[in-house]
Formats: sequence, structure tokens, C-alpha cells
Amino acid sequence: MTQTTQGPRSFQEIILRLQTYWATKGCAILQPYDMEGGAGTFHPATTLRALGNRPWAAAYVQPSRRPTDGRYGENPNRLQHYYQYQVLIKPSPPDLQALYLGSLRAIGIDDTLHDIRFVEDDWESPTLGAWGLGWEVWCDGMEVSQFTYFQQVGGHDCRPVSGELTYGLERLAMYVLGVDHVMDMPFNDPDAPIPLTYGDVFRQTEQEYSRWNFDQADTDMLFQHFQDAEAECERILAAPGADAAGRAIVMAHPAYDQCIKASHLFNLLDARGVISVTERQAYIGRVRALARKCADAFVMTEAGGAAAGAPA
Amino acid sequence: MPDALIELFSEEIPARMQARAADDLKRLVTEGLVQAGLTYAHARAFATPRRLVLAIEGLTAQSPTRREERKGPKVDAPQQAIEGFLRSTGLTLDQLQTRDDKKGAVYMAVIEQPGRPAGAILAEVLDGVIRAFPWPKSMRWGSGSLRWVRPLHSILCILSDEAGAQVVPLEVDGMHAGDTTGGHRFMAPERFAVTGFEDYAARLKRAFVILDAQERMDLIAHEIDQRAFALGLEPVADRALLAEVAGLVEWPVVLVGEIGPEFLDLPPEVLQTSMREHQKFFSLRDPKSGQIVRFVTVANRETADGGATILAGNQKVLAARLSDAKFFWENDLRNVRQIGLEGMAEGLAKVTFHNKLGSQKDRISRIEALAREIAPLVNADPNQAALAARVAKADLRSDMVGEFPELQGAMGLYYARAPQPDGAPLPEAVALACREHYQPLGPSDSVPTNLVSVAVALADKIDTLTGFWAIDEKPTGSKDPYALRRAALGVIRLVQKNNISSPLLRLLNDGDALNELFILNRKLNDTWDKTVGGAGFEGSIEQIVSDFAAGNKSESETRLRLMPLPSTGDRLVDALVGKSSRAADLLAFLHDRLKVHLRDEGIRHDVIDACLAMPGNDDLTLLVNRAEALSAFLKTDDGENLIQGFRRANNILTQAEQKDGVEYSFGPDPALAETGEEKTLFAALDHAEQAIAPAMKAEDFPAAMAAMAGLRAPIDAFFEAVQINTDNQIIRRNRLNLLHRIRATCLQVADLTRIEG
Repeated sequence: MTQTTQGPRSFQEIILRLQTYWATKGCAILQPYDMEGGAGTFHPATTLRALGNRPWAAAYVQPSRRPTDGRYGENPNRLQHYYQYQVLIKPSPPDLQALYLGSLRAIGIDDTLHDIRFVEDDWESPTLGAWGLGWEVWCDGMEVSQFTYFQQVGGHDCRPVSGELTYGLERLAMYVLGVDHVMDMPFNDPDAPIPLTYGDVFRQTEQEYSRWNFDQADTDMLFQHFQDAEAECERILAAPGADAAGRAIVMAHPAYDQCIKASHLFNLLDARGVISVTERQAYIGRVRALARKCADAFVMTEAGGAAAGAPA
Repeated sequence: MPDALIELFSEEIPARMQARAADDLKRLVTEGLVQAGLTYAHARAFATPRRLVLAIEGLTAQSPTRREERKGPKVDAPQQAIEGFLRSTGLTLDQLQTRDDKKGAVYMAVIEQPGRPAGAILAEVLDGVIRAFPWPKSMRWGSGSLRWVRPLHSILCILSDEAGAQVVPLEVDGMHAGDTTGGHRFMAPERFAVTGFEDYAARLKRAFVILDAQERMDLIAHEIDQRAFALGLEPVADRALLAEVAGLVEWPVVLVGEIGPEFLDLPPEVLQTSMREHQKFFSLRDPKSGQIVRFVTVANRETADGGATILAGNQKVLAARLSDAKFFWENDLRNVRQIGLEGMAEGLAKVTFHNKLGSQKDRISRIEALAREIAPLVNADPNQAALAARVAKADLRSDMVGEFPELQGAMGLYYARAPQPDGAPLPEAVALACREHYQPLGPSDSVPTNLVSVAVALADKIDTLTGFWAIDEKPTGSKDPYALRRAALGVIRLVQKNNISSPLLRLLNDGDALNELFILNRKLNDTWDKTVGGAGFEGSIEQIVSDFAAGNKSESETRLRLMPLPSTGDRLVDALVGKSSRAADLLAFLHDRLKVHLRDEGIRHDVIDACLAMPGNDDLTLLVNRAEALSAFLKTDDGENLIQGFRRANNILTQAEQKDGVEYSFGPDPALAETGEEKTLFAALDHAEQAIAPAMKAEDFPAAMAAMAGLRAPIDAFFEAVQINTDNQIIRRNRLNLLHRIRATCLQVADLTRIEG
């Protein structure tokens, strides 16, 4: 039953195999979004494209930043910067579970030997005003992916429903490659002329960012940037429907960029420990308000399912 | 008599929802069938992670014919009325019959509803049940609009009898019912057709699916027992986990794994949390040492390598979790050795408890003050209680609790038992309080009895209650975000279990004072410092409070000194003198909770009301003893009859008092007693009063009630023989005074006027 003759040997090979697999299943292989964000879900290819009725199928790697998870590169599996592999298909195909299991086979997880389970885990993102039902997928007791059927994003009901798969790449790869400490994981082929480990690539940056995230980030500046991003997001969305030349263009994506920015700035402030428990909710609420407005704007656009050429 | 088989095959159903869903399926479908006129012999429902199944035996093949007669308008009624009747019945004029009524000939509609075949009814009922299934949470998928707990993939619905099986024609949201299902997701995914329930269950088993959750549970439990026995170990019983795990697998395979020796010294709670909560592992214990030494995981499949790969993977995940835990454990112990649990508690200044009530550290200083005060009431050492209050929540700052919040309290116990900076552990009573002061957490949680734990647990709950009362965040309706009802019940159960007899109002006022003081100080620091200073505010509030407490300043002087703090200053002084309206309100809240609590113990609400009306009702132990004694008394014949007698005396007296506009409380004169019954009652009252007074003083309510019971016969005899309202005004007055004495005597024990007849 095993489809792959040999298991992958490096972190990058696992990524490449996932890319190939999902490409053969018809997904557009996108590139990471060029902004700092907390998870693959923040990529507009997920958040915005889950809205509206246009079919969509995309897969991509997304570098993700969680400043509070920084451990100066010392923890075997915690990082402030890591990678997620994200798949979003709309409408969710009836065989999505089978497709997913195929992807595990593609990276060398032979399901005749392993115990793979779908364990209830409902997903909710308070900052995106989004939620869905699904599972965390366990392989021999380890969570290897998150599997979600989106029900709402940015306060809008998802019709049709998107199926979202998120793989925590480092953890999954460590498992497949049998590595105990993330920094020891082969990044490229271990037999390459210049073999590199994950640590060779990221240990130093983990140290640098951990220090900056926890001790050095200028909180006054971050607060200011948060306000700026919030204000700019709202300003963009409040702009007149048409430009000086009379072109009707809703600027959902530029506004959403500011929402991503605000969310990340909030995470940085949180890592600096300057947001109290009660304020936390208020900040999350402010980001959610932006996400909602961006979603409202996106569904007015062509990609968001509004009829082409319809007046905005 | 056909049998019906229904299977709703979906993606994985959350384990916790399966049993309930199977019940709901059975209830809703069978109710629907019965409503439609069918009967059945027997129905059974099953659930696995991927299917809900209902098997109905002995279903009637069709519903009975129903005949209905409806009376219509008179034959000569206006055309419109007749047309309306035809419309409502769906008949034509020639189908109507005429009958003779008292008023003349009327139209009659005889509507005959032929019986319908079971299949059609089942299809209709199942369609409705699927569309409106009461999942706790449901979802849509793909482009459809149907809701189910997770995507629904197929519907099996067949009726089978001697002639064979037939698919019930049914289509829900584009999905057609059939007679096929799939086996185990990995071991036998092929679909196959079935002809009835027996065939279905047997084929499923061949396809590696055990349909019955109970059978899966039994199998897992049995297998664990066998494996444990072979290893000379004993399983840690865990029904809830067993049920959950049985909901995660269709083909359970039990595997026993090793816990690395380097982890065996971790506290059992830590092992359990990582194993049970996170991995859903069972524990095997060494019966000699009590230590957990192995784990059990239940896989969902057999493998060619006998589960070796699966076990290795699980072992690795557990080892990773436990090495994290071990790292936290060692780090915390080192930290405790360096700065002590007290030092660790300093960090709680950074943890907000509530925006308006300050940090955890602020709260702890209030709890400490209260614990010190409560300690003597429960025979605890005040210094130990204060120390326990200071360190009880320190573990919230430990790495371990930071990672595993459910271990709060449990870790405090271990860290208090570990060497502190002076090399010695904290006193054991303090260590226990770290764990126990959170208790009781609910109506079924155990109540601490260690004295120091009791003091801190009470202080903790009183601070919580008075704090939220001070900022007016009381529970309303179903909203109780700070679990204040639970805290109140905690106070009640602590007092009851430990027999604490002490006026609670004092403590509630003190808790209120501490919280008011905190709130005032914070306002002062925030905004008022300059203006208040300018307005002639002298010294700190603490100084003013301690001057009052030491008796150096009177209440009115203190009010004057706090004048620059309008109204809030008065609130503080009210609490200091024990007259806080918030404390009084909180006591009423505690009384309400007590009523609920005692009602659960079988004590009627009017009995509680009768006791609540007595003085000293803020001593809950006294209150409960009184209520229990009264409740027991009322269940006896004497009690029941005495109440009748009391009520009669009270009614006559109250009427007379209202009529005459006087109170008959002069005391009756035995010399004016005319009849033997009257004289006997005088003697009996003397006797009872002599017994009741000391019994009440000793708070021996059963004895007081027994003495009161002695009044029953004389009172009965008195009413039998004597007429109160005689013409002789002197005698009448004396008898009314005698009734007053009965009332007064009885009311010493409880306010019997509140007992409902």
C-alpha cells in the first residue's frame, strides 16, 4: 500500500513532496505572503478567499511568527518563527479526508503501520472573527495537522464551505525524520556537499528575535504602529468607491494588509508583557473589527463573488 | 412485521457526543413512527466514531386506516359556507353525506385516510430527524445546506422481512439512502451491502468495526486488566476515559508502553495530566509503591508489526511531554530552593485578578488578613494560616502551572513540601492548604477539614464574594461569570462540614472593608491624590482605619476624617462598624444558596424560612442545626399536631389582638384558670419553658423541640375543653394571655408562623 518507496530525508524534502502532492491534486501552489503573520490562515489566500462563492484551491508554505513562543532556540520544539503548510479548497470536496491521508502517505507516513485518528478540535480565531468545526489529526498520539471546515470568516457565513488543512511543518518533519530536537533536523539533504541543519539556518535568528521580542522591542513605537495600522485600514476602506479616473476599485487587500499588521503588532506587544488580561480582549476586539470590515469589503469585489462589473 | 435498520455514516463524530446522539436518534425516530400510527417491538441504537445506527424490530408493516367524520354546514346554508367546507375537507359536493341534526339536515364529510406503508412513513420521519437533529454543534460542508456534526457521507435505510430486504426510498440533500456501508477506515474501507441488522453487525465485525460502544469498552477494560495482571501491575480505574476512548476507535487494540525511568519521580498528578488529558492514556500502577509505571494506549487498528511502530510513536510523544514537565519540575524546585514559595508569590503582583480588584497579590493580602481572623474561629494557628494564605497561590507563578494550568494547587503542595531557602520544607498544614484552599470546587468536591486549609479556603471565598459584591458584579439569572454561586456554596459546605459556629456577618463586613479599602486606595492613587490632599485629607486611609480599629477614634470622628471621600468613605466606615449593606445583601445571597443546598438534603423551604427568621441567622451552623431539628420534629406526630395547636392559638390570638387593638402580653395568671385542662396547660408551659431555655442556650435544638413536643397534649386538651372568647372579660383576657404564652414559648425555637400547613 505504501506509495513512496523511500521516506523523505530532510525538512525541505517534506515540503517539496507536499507541494508536489497538492499540485497533482489540482491546487494552485502559491508562495508565502510577504508579511509577518501568526499563522497560515492569515494569508489572504485563506482568509479572504474563503469568502464568497467562487471556487478556490490553493496550497502554500507560510512562515509564521509567534513571538511569545520564542525560546532562544533552546527548546526542542518551540520556535517564535516556524512554518505552516496550508491547503484551502472551496467548496470542500467530499473526499477531503482521503486526500489528506494521501498527503501523509506522500511524505512517508505509511498508514498500514501507523494509527491515524481524527480527534475533535473546533477551531476559532477571535482576531479573525472566524470559526469552524473539525479535528486535530493524530498520528500515533501526536498532533500532526489541523483539519477544519470553515463556517464563518470575518463574521460572514462561508457559502460554500472551505476545507482547510494546516500542517505544523517542523513538528511533522521531526516526527517523520525521527529527530528529537528541531535544531538537529536536516534542512537539506544530509549527503549534500554542504549539509545544513535547521539549527544552521535558524538557531541564531531564534536567539536574536527572542531577545528582541521579549526585551527590546520598543513598546511605545509598537503601540503607535498598531494605531497607525488600524487607522490606515479604516481610512482605506472609507475611501470613495471610485478613483479620480472613475475606476471603481474596492481596496480590500491593501486594507487587509493593515489588519495583518495590527494583529502581528498585538502579538509583539503581548510578548513584551505590556498588555493586561483585561486589555487583551479589547485589542483582540479591535483587530476583529478590522477583519470584519475587510471581509465586508472583499465580498463586494469580483474575487469575493460579486458579479463582475456590478456597481460597487 | 418487518425490521428496520438505519445507519448514518459520517466523518468522525466527537467522542463526547456519540452516546447522546444514539439516544436522540432512537427517541426521535421511534416517536415519529409511533405518532404516524406504527408500533414496534424493540429498538436499539449504537454509535461508533463514524456512524449512528438504529435497529428497530417488529415494526408494523403499515399504519392503520383512519376514519374521520366532520360536521359541516346545514344543507340550506349559503353557498359560500358550503364551498368553504369543501375546501377545508378537500372533497366535492357529491362526496358529502347528509345527516339529520336537531336543527335540520347538515352536510357531513367522512374522510378516510388509508394506512400508509411503513417504508413511506420511515422515510418521512428519518428525513425530518436528519434535518433537525439536536447536535450540540453542527456544520455545513461543501456547497450543501444540510447540517450534521461533521460531513454526512451515506444513509443506509432498509426494511427487511421474510421476503428479503428493501431499501427505503429516501433522499436528503442529494444523498440517496441505500443498503451499503463501509468498514474500518484503514483496515477494510470497501463498501458492502447488508440485508438486516444481524447481517450488518456480523459483516461490520469482519470489516474490523465493533458496533456496540459497550462491547468496545468491555473489550478495552478486559484487555487492560489482562495486560496489567501479566505485568504484576494494577490499572488505575477511569470510567470517563474508558468511555471517551471507546468513542475514538472502531477496532480497539490495547498497547502497553514504558514510561522512561527518568520520569517516574515526577508527581503522579503530572504524569496523569500528560498521559490522561493530553494523550488519553490509561495508567498502570505498581501495587506495592503506588507509583504509575506504565501507560496504556488504545490504537484503532492492528498492524503487521504488532503495534510496534504505533507504540514507539506514542512513547516518543509522551517522553517529549514528560521531558518538558521534568524540565519545569526541576526548574521550579530550584527556584523554590532559592527564593522560596513566598518569594515566588511576589510575582503574583504581575498577575491581574480583576481590573477593579487588583492583582493576585493584592487579593492575597486581603485573604491573609481574613485568614488570620478566621483562624481562631476554627482552632487553626493564625500565623500558619497567614503563611498559608501568602503561599497558597504561589504555584501560579511556577513553570509547571504556567504550562499545565489544571495542576494549580497540586503543584503548590509539592513545592511547599520541597526545601525552601532555609533548607526546610514549609509546615505540612501549610502545604496541604496550598492544594485544599481551592476546595470545595463544586457540590460533589470534597471539603477540606485540615484547620489551616479551612481558614484559608473560607478566607479565599469570602474575599471573592465580598470583592465582587463591592464592585457590584453579582450573579444575575444564568450569568455567573465569576462562579460566585459556587463560592457561596463553598462557604456553606466549609462551615457545615467543620461545624464552624460563628457569626458570618462580621467576616462579611471585614471582607467588604478590605475590598472597599483597596478600591478607595486605588482611586486615591489614580486620580484623587492632589484634589483630596488639597481638601484637607490627612494621613493615609490605612492610618484612619487603624486609628478606628485601635479605638483611638470614634465612628463619627472616623466618618469626619474620611469626609473628603464622598460616599465611598461612608461605605468603608459602614463595613468597619459591621453595618455594610453589601455584607447584609451577601448574607441574604448565602441564605438563598443555603436554601437550595438544604432543599437538596430534603429540608423544606418553609422550615428554613422559619429558622431564618430567628436571630443569629448569620451563624450557618446554628441555622442548619435548627432547621434539621425542626425538620425532623415536623415529621413526627407530635410535631405535626403541635403545629396545628400553635396555629390555632396564634390565629385566635392574632384576631383578638387586631380586633381589640391591644397586645395580650401581660402574662396569664394561673389563679384565674378555671378548668383542669387550663391548669394542666399552665403547668406544662412552666415545665417546657424550664427545659427550653437551657436547651436554647446550649443550642441543643432537638432537646428544645422535645420539650415543645410535651406541650402538644395539654394544648390539644385545652382547646377541646375551653372556650377562649367567654363573656367573662377577665377570663377571656387571661386566656388570650395564655395563648400569647404558648406562642412566645414556641417562637423561641423557630418562627412557626412561617410553617405552611
